[in-house]
Amino acid sequence: MTIDWNAFTPLASLAGGALIGVAAALFVLLNGRIAGISGVLGGLLKPVKGDIAWRIAFMLGLVGASAVYVLFAAVPVPRIDAGWVALVVAGLLVGVGTRYGAGCTSGHGVCGLSRLSPRSLVATLTFMGAGFVTVFVLRHLVAL
Amino acid sequence: MPILTSLLAGLVFGLGLILSGMSDPAKVLGFLDLAGPWDPSLALVMVGAIAVGLVAFAIARRRGTTLLGLSLKLPTARHIDRRLVGGSLLFGAGWGLAGFCPGPALVAFGMGELKAVVFVAAMLVGMGVFELFERRGQA
Repeated sequence: MTIDWNAFTPLASLAGGALIGVAAALFVLLNGRIAGISGVLGGLLKPVKGDIAWRIAFMLGLVGASAVYVLFAAVPVPRIDAGWVALVVAGLLVGVGTRYGAGCTSGHGVCGLSRLSPRSLVATLTFMGAGFVTVFVLRHLVAL
Repeated sequence: MPILTSLLAGLVFGLGLILSGMSDPAKVLGFLDLAGPWDPSLALVMVGAIAVGLVAFAIARRRGTTLLGLSLKLPTARHIDRRLVGGSLLFGAGWGLAGFCPGPALVAFGMGELKAVVFVAAMLVGMGVFELFERRGQA
């Protein structure tokens, strides 16, 4: 294994991670809920009365983050190398998978591990493992 | 009030995703590519987030209610089953394919990135398919 020291951003990533932790902390300490993005969004597809507005508000905050970020610093442009077909397939997999698995990187990864949930640990190890294997296959075996 | 704090939590979450580098799929794939030149940054994102999260969830559990006086709505499921593992496998495959998980995709969607818009649309379709199957299963 070789480490890409040029790409490594320890301070920004640690600070950004802490900020994500602060968001999860705010959400559980004020709203009493898990800041799990797939769960918050997915709940809008099965709307329950009185359970809609906070979900929309959370999504607006998330989607509007870059508009606020730019007030403090330049927003790094996302480099999206995947082609259109890959993006559609990936989106479908992420949509179906996060709902069946009841969580994603935020709900299981950040909040679940912070709650010391064995269920979330299994989910996190599983999706990270699947991510590692997928990238290995695509970049080193198939080499598209 | 819960609406405003929800907006704030979503916003801070998104700012963290941008600062950490997670809103950039190429950086995420650089972390997932163990066999290539490896970028360990995302491990530190998890370390930073969980360090704060551990304290917050411990406080929340001890208090039992929130600072706004609401009840805690934390997951109660404890079983590890085929749905959890199968769903996580599908999610991980999709994550590795494009470098997007739901949060960063929504942040990039907010930047007006066309590819992120397409990804989010497909993700919503995927979530809709799940709801359809769930509804059929209950009928």
